[in-house]
Amino acid sequence: MSIGVENNIKEFVKGTWNDTVDVRNFVLKNIAPYDGNADFLTRPTDKTNLLFDICKKAVKEEIENKGVRSIDPSIISRIASHQAGYISKEHEVIVGLQTDELLKRAIKPYGGVKIVEKACQEHGITLDPKVKDVFDNYVKSHNEGVFDAYTTEIRKFRSLGFLTGLPDNYARGRIIGDYRRLALYGTEMLIQAKLDDLEGLVGPMNDSRIRLREEVNEQIKALKEIKVLGDAYGLDLSRPATNAQEAVQWVYMAYLAAVKEQDGAAMSLGNVSSFIDIYINRDMEAGVLTEGEAQELIDQFVMKLRMVRHLRMGAYNDIFAGDPTWVTEAIGGLSLAGGHKVTKTSFRFLQTLYNLGPSPEPNMTVLWSAELPKGFKEFCAQVSVDTSSIQYENDDLMRQTRNADDYGIACCVSFQEIGKHIQFFGARCNLAKTLLLAINGGKCENTGTQVIEGVQALKSDVLNYKEVMDNFRFTMKEMARVYVDSMNIIHYMHDKYYYERAQMAFVDTDPKVNVAYGIAGLSIVADSLSAIKHAKVTAIRDENGLAVDFKIEGEFPYYGNDDDRVDQMAVDITSHFNKQLAAYETYKNAEPTMSILTITSNVVYGKKTGATPDGRAKGVAFAPGANPMHGRDTHGAIASLNSVAKLDYNDALDGISNTMSMVPETLGANQAARVLNLTTILDGYFGRGAHHLNVNVLNRELLMDAMEHPENYPQLTIRVSGYAVNFVRLSRDQQLEVLSRSFFEKI
Amino acid sequence: MLNATPDTILPEDKLNIHSIESFGTYDGPGIRFVVFLQGCPFQCLYCANPDTMRFEDGKSYSMQRIVEEAEHMKSYFANGGGITISGGEPCCQAKQLITLFKNLQSKGIHTCLDTNGNVMNHYVEEMLEYTDLVLLDVKHIDSAIHKKITGKPNEKTLAFAHYLEEHQKPFWLRYVLVPELSDDPKHLHQLGQYFQSFKQVQKLEIQPYHKLGVHKWELLGKEYPLKDTPENTSQQLEAAKEIFEQYLDEVVIN
Repeated sequence: MSIGVENNIKEFVKGTWNDTVDVRNFVLKNIAPYDGNADFLTRPTDKTNLLFDICKKAVKEEIENKGVRSIDPSIISRIASHQAGYISKEHEVIVGLQTDELLKRAIKPYGGVKIVEKACQEHGITLDPKVKDVFDNYVKSHNEGVFDAYTTEIRKFRSLGFLTGLPDNYARGRIIGDYRRLALYGTEMLIQAKLDDLEGLVGPMNDSRIRLREEVNEQIKALKEIKVLGDAYGLDLSRPATNAQEAVQWVYMAYLAAVKEQDGAAMSLGNVSSFIDIYINRDMEAGVLTEGEAQELIDQFVMKLRMVRHLRMGAYNDIFAGDPTWVTEAIGGLSLAGGHKVTKTSFRFLQTLYNLGPSPEPNMTVLWSAELPKGFKEFCAQVSVDTSSIQYENDDLMRQTRNADDYGIACCVSFQEIGKHIQFFGARCNLAKTLLLAINGGKCENTGTQVIEGVQALKSDVLNYKEVMDNFRFTMKEMARVYVDSMNIIHYMHDKYYYERAQMAFVDTDPKVNVAYGIAGLSIVADSLSAIKHAKVTAIRDENGLAVDFKIEGEFPYYGNDDDRVDQMAVDITSHFNKQLAAYETYKNAEPTMSILTITSNVVYGKKTGATPDGRAKGVAFAPGANPMHGRDTHGAIASLNSVAKLDYNDALDGISNTMSMVPETLGANQAARVLNLTTILDGYFGRGAHHLNVNVLNRELLMDAMEHPENYPQLTIRVSGYAVNFVRLSRDQQLEVLSRSFFEKI
Repeated sequence: MLNATPDTILPEDKLNIHSIESFGTYDGPGIRFVVFLQGCPFQCLYCANPDTMRFEDGKSYSMQRIVEEAEHMKSYFANGGGITISGGEPCCQAKQLITLFKNLQSKGIHTCLDTNGNVMNHYVEEMLEYTDLVLLDVKHIDSAIHKKITGKPNEKTLAFAHYLEEHQKPFWLRYVLVPELSDDPKHLHQLGQYFQSFKQVQKLEIQPYHKLGVHKWELLGKEYPLKDTPENTSQQLEAAKEIFEQYLDEVVIN
């Protein structure tokens, strides 16, 4: 392949990227790492301010109108389905909306038409009868396919809350296209590369090769439609971008195509900032772009990303609260060769949190390394203290474990090598309920339904650690088996009925795949086992023999205090269950991985779980992700971090989420101390091999006020397990849960 | 000197502690692993931790575990951080702390002691050999007012400061600025003058008076003695800072 990038300014440094699709090579050859501080950054331009005022007004209307501003109930959303849409055309340097109007949500019935119909109904809109007719009578959806294949057993696990949030009635998301490819190559060259791949896909036509040939042709169609999408906005996407404005615009168009086709739970952006920086840098050196204009490009790009919306049912909000889209952008990190990848545009992305105010989207994710330049570390910490809108992930750990340096984060914590590797999202199973199955002879603690056969009844109501553990290992094994079955069905059907052709057009033709299982309730399980082992726990059973409560006598160590007696239990259970999951065959031979991540679903998981042997009452929210249970980590923030840091990333390769909330005074006496202490915490935590940290710096009074007066806090951002959400969009239960979470206040 | 201080009744390998705070940002340089010991000979009117006063309370805590936890924190000690033993009055458990500090220092962990300076004996002297930094709380320069605040005169505290100076032990002065009780400019000048010539005083920290501990008094069923005293205004803090700066090189508001 020969790349004929029109280059009237300055040649980029050549490399393998000229001969094959290889954005990483382009970035490494041309990146201009920046070691300085944030002094060069600029405030938003008038155009940006004007546009964002319109956006803010529209968001206000959206909130007032039960969270949805408007819906297009007729046009099935496809890459080029809608007319061009603008916020205010003459002020936009980056154009493109999902529909023809700001915050108008589109229908994507391929996931399941009933869900779309219900979502419309909830907002007083009737789904176009033609659409309903097509999907009722002519076209099959992902949801129908899955339920045609689900077993009775899977349905039982699902309906009783042992498996929750499965992507069987909405798009699975998580797949990250290498959206930079559109800017570097244009559709014409990308189509040619896919055609070349297709030429090689011959030989015995077995199941996987047939499927792959069909998929590649779908990708080529998608690329052709992306060209049409560009035409609607007057952009020639068939060719590579030639300057900074086009580079940003092209990347955004590739992403826009993805979010027009799919409503995945999380649809990340990748790691585009330092790629874009190369174009900005070249234009600035040529004197055709100022710093203000560069910032304007990024501000307006980010503004567009903040306006991405999907049409959801109200029930979806119970699992993923706050109408999230997880447009995750990974920033920073080091290359395998050792140099850092921080550029001025890394700063510019973070600067949007000042220029446009704090926001959960795009989900700014800093790939932290001990070797990042000081100026960048301090700016990140400062932005965290000021906005609480950054999450941090351990680049040293991921780069070394995966031997990769061009990666993004899908959703909150999931590693993906950009363009080389995708994942199948698996939501999560409830490990605390799995423990209760071990105590209740395999019966659901709420309904008494026999969920798992063959679980021995416990000999005594005084729980014996060994006896409970023997049963628990058995219920975990069964849970893993059913979980894997459900994942295989879901992803088989998703590929068949709701294939992500727009994203996959920007991914290598036969990428690595991992299946991303997840667990909820780790801290509950660890504390429960600790109680059973170190104290005396007696099950109090109802007339049906179900343990409805537990009497605890004596003290026991809690997870979250850097105490190996219990922390090691969390480590061992994680390792054990991960091995159980890995024991089964997977669809497309996907590599099994597991996460410890709940996002906001820890509230609903708690609601569905009976009383547990750690003393947690029925219905009480779980701690999020891998967090210790709120109020139990009595040795303060670092001991709590150190407990979580013990969990081995190799046992949870899909990520280990942890959230730290602090009032500013706790972090330090003044801004300089807070910035220094936060960078020190991050160095310290990741230095102990931890994987991920959300940092919330806020005060409780502010949150209390936001609960009473949500209208005054449209942009209040807090971070909850792996993610930032708009606090006012959380349900009251979720808000209370956040408030009860450990705030490490000064005594 | 108290007779039944815990260092004579506790096992060799245990401390009587009140609580642990692994993320201390106010008690010494950098991030501190703060161990609050139980029991204090002072009865300060404004004590923020009245639940640490009684020697009879607290829980026995393994020093080995403290060392382990502190070692796990080494990666957070990058900016001069380390362990701080506070209280309560840590010098009352100096015998145990000798072993602890010796052990921690040998592992490269910075040791800091937060004390009111009222206890001095051969255990304390030996402990100070393994102490990198002392935070010396001087409640008042006037001994009579000191007695009013703490229940004891200040001579021992001042002698403690002289001991540190003579033995070249660096220390920070800490001064709680309580409106109407310890903010008279005359006394602030006196205190500054007193320590002006001390070479080992690295800085003075003004501790703003706060009422966060009031609920603890209520929980203990005691009346909070200063319930009508307001918290400092920033002007008061700045004014005190200006006075101290006439005598000492580094003065900070903590």
